[in-house]
Amino acid sequence: MANFFNDNKDLHFHLHHPLMKEIIPLKEKYYRDYENYDYAPADFEDTIDSYEKVLEIIGEICAEIIAPNAESVDCEGANLENGRVTYAKGTQQNHEALTKAGVVGMAFPRKYGGLNFSMVPYVMAAELVSRADAGFANIWGLQDCGETLLEFGSEEIKDKYLPKFNEGNTAAMDLTEPDAGSDLQAVQLKAHYDENRKTWLLNGVKRFITNGDADISLVLARSEEGSKDGRGLSLFVYDKKNMAVTVRRIENKLGIKGSPTCELVFKDAPAELVGNRKLGLIKYVMSLMNGARLGVAAQSVGLAEAAYREAEKYASERKQFGQTINKFAAVYEMITRMKVKLQAIRSLLYETTRFVDMYKCLDFISNEEKLEQEQKQTQKKFNRLADIYTPLVKLISSEYANQIAYDSLQIHGGAGFMKDFPIERLYRDARITSIYEGTSQLQVVAAIRGVTTGLFLNRIRYYENLKVKPEHEYLRKILIEMTDDYQKTVEFVINTEDRELIDFHARRMVEMAGNIIMSYLLLLDAQRNDDYENSAEIFIDIVKAENIEKAHYIKIFDAKNLGKFKA
Amino acid sequence: MKKLKIVVLAKQVPDTRNVGKDAMKADGTVNRGALPAIFNPEDMNALEQALQLKDKYPDTEITILTMGPGRAADIIREGLYRGVDNGILLTDRKFAGSDTLATSYALSLAIKKIEPNLIIAGRQAIDGDTAQVGPQVAEKLNIPQITYAESISYQNNNIIVKRRLDNGIETVQSPLPVLITVGSSATICRARNAKLLMKFKHACTQSELQEKSNDYIIQQRPYLKISEWGVDDVDADDKLLGLSGSPTKVKKIENVVFTAKESKIINDNEAEINELIIELIENHTIG
Repeated sequence: MANFFNDNKDLHFHLHHPLMKEIIPLKEKYYRDYENYDYAPADFEDTIDSYEKVLEIIGEICAEIIAPNAESVDCEGANLENGRVTYAKGTQQNHEALTKAGVVGMAFPRKYGGLNFSMVPYVMAAELVSRADAGFANIWGLQDCGETLLEFGSEEIKDKYLPKFNEGNTAAMDLTEPDAGSDLQAVQLKAHYDENRKTWLLNGVKRFITNGDADISLVLARSEEGSKDGRGLSLFVYDKKNMAVTVRRIENKLGIKGSPTCELVFKDAPAELVGNRKLGLIKYVMSLMNGARLGVAAQSVGLAEAAYREAEKYASERKQFGQTINKFAAVYEMITRMKVKLQAIRSLLYETTRFVDMYKCLDFISNEEKLEQEQKQTQKKFNRLADIYTPLVKLISSEYANQIAYDSLQIHGGAGFMKDFPIERLYRDARITSIYEGTSQLQVVAAIRGVTTGLFLNRIRYYENLKVKPEHEYLRKILIEMTDDYQKTVEFVINTEDRELIDFHARRMVEMAGNIIMSYLLLLDAQRNDDYENSAEIFIDIVKAENIEKAHYIKIFDAKNLGKFKA
Repeated sequence: MKKLKIVVLAKQVPDTRNVGKDAMKADGTVNRGALPAIFNPEDMNALEQALQLKDKYPDTEITILTMGPGRAADIIREGLYRGVDNGILLTDRKFAGSDTLATSYALSLAIKKIEPNLIIAGRQAIDGDTAQVGPQVAEKLNIPQITYAESISYQNNNIIVKRRLDNGIETVQSPLPVLITVGSSATICRARNAKLLMKFKHACTQSELQEKSNDYIIQQRPYLKISEWGVDDVDADDKLLGLSGSPTKVKKIENVVFTAKESKIINDNEAEINELIIELIENHTIG
């Protein structure tokens, strides 16, 4: 049977990263669930073995059910009738298969019906599902909402909602409104506490809500009357059983058609407050968004994998001028570039995920017991790294996914433009990744802090000091040069103290840092496995040239010319 | 209604669907080493039917029974990962070389010991393609049999089966006990369940246990022991087992190479038929 996990060596490789030896004992709290749950692991090997075997289940469902359904789901889309959404038939089958397999809510603690998996296998699952059907990946990925309830919800809310995920309930995060997109501080949906009914009631409209008709919805609403900014917003959880929210329309989209994007009308919808009032946007949604961004990064990597495979397959079968087209330099260069870029974003994705794992595991432990000083510092360190790596990986992986889908379609020639090959759908599906959960431009706004505070540079210097094989020394030398260039360029821009110029060059600087980071990650991968040596070499050449270009542009750019860009 | 006690018959087979160059040995026998061992596909369909009955009637008890070498314990584990209650591996050197007659004899003895009221098997295995074992077991147990099942339901102590036949669908009803064989048109089997997989992944037979290093896990959890039954456990007559109990003799095995011939589709209109006739006359096929 086809299996998207078993046919992907990269995933197995990243699952066995050395840092997992630190993450797993923390996640499993030294295997104390073993006595109480018949499916809890006994030790590290047992845990990793469970991760592999469960990913194998998901890989099989992806290859045998979700991927074969993707075309009909794209064609059929979701349907709206009497204010309620029904999924395409294939979507229903996909969701049912995953629910029956018991993998929904896989990252939740066991007492809530979860599998207590760490973030790494959870993100891998998201990648696998995305490779099969990126649109369906949203419905799967919205179990992230449970993570937010787990982190900030009361015991009552957790007991009520979390076990529902494993039973097959779906979720949505209702943030965007017609006048509050990138700027969520402008959210208007009103929440007021009704003394008679002893509940919060929500009134207003939400727009562009993925899977808006979900069983469980997290809703950002204005709870503080008269307030204007983000500090007047709170987070609520709404249970569909109340039937007080209707779907007014579903959008007709370019891609991810199986994932219904809804406009919602709330009419006195009873909801429960999550955490504290006024922290809705500034604390909880930020956490929710970080999870969602990692999700989009996984979606991008999954899509890129699918697009790469389509290109590789087509080019090895299609013959022109008497030979398969992958024999032509113009084509094999494209294919190899796709492959190394894919490996680079995957390495960055799992590096980021490990950071998230490390700080979240320690976070949960700190809820039950006091952390030791050393653990506290570790927690802080990884939290900071996760905060800057998350927008970085969202930015780069979504942009790469688009480039890879573009190139893959190009390799298909005219055939790729037709609906006859999956690449046409992949190309459309990829387009949203650099837009939702914060556009690429907004990821730069978040990631630039890694540049200006020197956090990226610190981490790069840390990679620089790790041991590499003697035959890879020359690559490390190139990367040291690139780092010096990056450092000089950043200093040059920052020293101008020109806020607008810093913003103008922000993306260039973030991407320069990202290029060096991904290069090191591939180089480090090559230390553990020779298969990555080629990729590291090729990738470093490509991004070295890119960084030179960016640095050169920054150098020759005259700040006085900024005005010429303004309309 | 009577509680259902189901036995699912399943076989581990070489995956003959993905046959490579070295799938056959020079002497014409199957090179089992070159083919991965899998759960026979139609037995998976049978398993799904049993699981669906259990979904509907949760007090249903499912035992998966397989006959084969030690490694066929994989079949039992695959059943446990999907929700069967227990499994039995019928294994003994004396079973080796059994044809369908000897196999159904051994299976029927094991079934008598389990005392189920419903037996569900796949229509046939992809290695032998005989479709004989299910019906022979029913005969040996002297119970009714329903073949080519596509779906099974249970109402008023009766089993109702939709049979997929060449000329349509037939719905039949039978009291318990009954044996049913399920064809490939039935629902494909569900995926493994993550929690069950993690619960039972260490399940093993006594023979496997001796080769394991983490046997402490199994010692602490008795439900992880898979029963192995040998000839003595089912009180079988040695003469009716293995080669001596198997009247089937393979006379000769040939390699047959299928060659596709060129084909042409003719639509039923005057012009195309005329064209065909002219062509056939011209190349002297007719006339």
